[in-house]
Amino acid sequence: MNTAKPLKKRKVNAVRAIKRDYQLYLLVLPAIIYFLIFHYAPMYGLQIAFKDYHVLDGFTNSPWIGFKHFERFFNNYQFWRLLKNTLGISLFQLVAGFPIPIILALLLNQVKQKRFKKLVQTVTYIPHFISVVVLVGMLNIFLSPSSGIINTFLGLFDIKPIYFLGKPEYFKSIFVLSGVWQNAGWGSIIYLAALSGINPELYEAAKVDGASKFQIIKNIDLPGILPTIMILLIMNLGRIMNIGFQKAYLLQNSLNAPSSEIIQTYMYKIGILQMEFEYSTAISLFNTVINVILLVTANKLSKKFSDSSLW
Amino acid sequence: MVKMKTSKGDLVFEIVKYSVLILSLIAVLYPLYFIVIASISDPAAINSGRVWWKPIGINFEGFKRIFQDELIWKGYANTFLYTIVGTMINILLTMSLAYPLSRKNFRLGKYIMIFLLITMYFNGGLIPRYLIVKKLNLLDTWQVMVLVNAVNVFNVIIARTFLKNTIPEGLYEAAVIDGCTHIKFLLKIVLPLSKAIIAVLVLFYGVFHWNEYFTALIYLRDEKLYPLQLVLRSILIENQMQDSMVSDVDMIQHQDVAELIKYGVIIVSSLPVLILYPFLQKYFVQGVMIGSVKG
Repeated sequence: MNTAKPLKKRKVNAVRAIKRDYQLYLLVLPAIIYFLIFHYAPMYGLQIAFKDYHVLDGFTNSPWIGFKHFERFFNNYQFWRLLKNTLGISLFQLVAGFPIPIILALLLNQVKQKRFKKLVQTVTYIPHFISVVVLVGMLNIFLSPSSGIINTFLGLFDIKPIYFLGKPEYFKSIFVLSGVWQNAGWGSIIYLAALSGINPELYEAAKVDGASKFQIIKNIDLPGILPTIMILLIMNLGRIMNIGFQKAYLLQNSLNAPSSEIIQTYMYKIGILQMEFEYSTAISLFNTVINVILLVTANKLSKKFSDSSLW
Repeated sequence: MVKMKTSKGDLVFEIVKYSVLILSLIAVLYPLYFIVIASISDPAAINSGRVWWKPIGINFEGFKRIFQDELIWKGYANTFLYTIVGTMINILLTMSLAYPLSRKNFRLGKYIMIFLLITMYFNGGLIPRYLIVKKLNLLDTWQVMVLVNAVNVFNVIIARTFLKNTIPEGLYEAAVIDGCTHIKFLLKIVLPLSKAIIAVLVLFYGVFHWNEYFTALIYLRDEKLYPLQLVLRSILIENQMQDSMVSDVDMIQHQDVAELIKYGVIIVSSLPVLILYPFLQKYFVQGVMIGSVKG
């Protein structure tokens, strides 16, 4: 038997296929170049986290100095506070924010009146399209101690005005709850799509068995959307250290800093405002590594316990 | 058929269901409604807590000042430019990437997919990217606003899934027999059949550009290039009004007028998206649904 022949034939086929489809390669080229420049070149640039970066020497020629920048970060008096704030906000967000779109979708799925269902959906999606700047602007206005509607309302019960945004202890709740307000409706779409894919025969059978609505949700709906829940949970875990730099930065002020300074805002200030490029890159690399570890672990656990996984 | 009696449990469920849904309706709508009525009310009435359900002392002072402000108009114009040019680049690159990826016998497809997916989870971070942009001499140019986010991988996946499901392989094969090339096929057949997905992409990218302030915050120093969102930031969050907006009022009124302007700019800046929203909603939803299909 001659094994070389099919191999050769395959090669010839490959060449022929490339020739035939050369236009496909031309089509992807611009986007590939974009990714190389704006995504992969920065990944290559990550090495400056281990270097003493000089602009003239560029990424490649600057001298290596090992883990110095990382040590500096770990020894920084702010390190534990940053880590605590980042993880604290993120976990709070996950615990409070993750189940709400699921509950919303389960309830909406039980609504028989089409128009009411549509109304709730249309309205709850709206905040998703409001920009972060406007959202934070609204929070500033509503929570203002002098003219904010929340304090005016509390005033009806003889509660003295509270400067919510100036108090570190309220920061986490403001951050997370405003996020729920903005994204719960939007987040429910994906679960509603999953719910619409459940086999209607299951509901018929449950009805015949005299199941209550609560039992139907527990035994049919929830298991039906479990794979979707798991995938989204894994993706969320992979982002646990990235909690929305934009909003945190906009909500920050000198008074709430003890609880609002997170790794990403610190990284921005050090890097862009103080131009300490290598140090800031080291911090961001640390952030990414933790994210990746969490993502991989979550994916493994999910594969083991529920069969759903990202890869 | 036997009519089943609603059990006690189901009744409780119904009550809870409607209460929760109606409460969420109010929780979302009331803040938005309040902004609207506050923007045309007398600031003194707002401060003393008299504005709850309807505007009091109706006036359009805030809007008048906003429309006279140069920076806001400039920001609006810049945002329009970034949104239109940016979205066009987005669509061009996204579709030209999604089409080959949707073809079964495109041999590099699998590898390009991995190449793209990696960027969703890893990135070089802020500084290395900043240094690249600097090296390309893009700092403080309008081009940076439309180039840095030229393609979004999630949107590529949405487009690819759509093309896979709507353009059958046989259609291309038939076209080839008629002497059609890939590019011709894409332009003459695929794009006209992809109106729905292009609408979805225009919306996703368009809203993104409209609301974007992060890119500008990092790469722009020149105020003349500022998009609307950065102008908004200085008014809403940093409390910096243009002198021209409030210079003619005395210090006591100053604060009042400033509040009025804040309510107004929220409306003025969000209006374009919110007006279009009801018409576009079905496309948004469609996009998320396609995106949720694994593939």
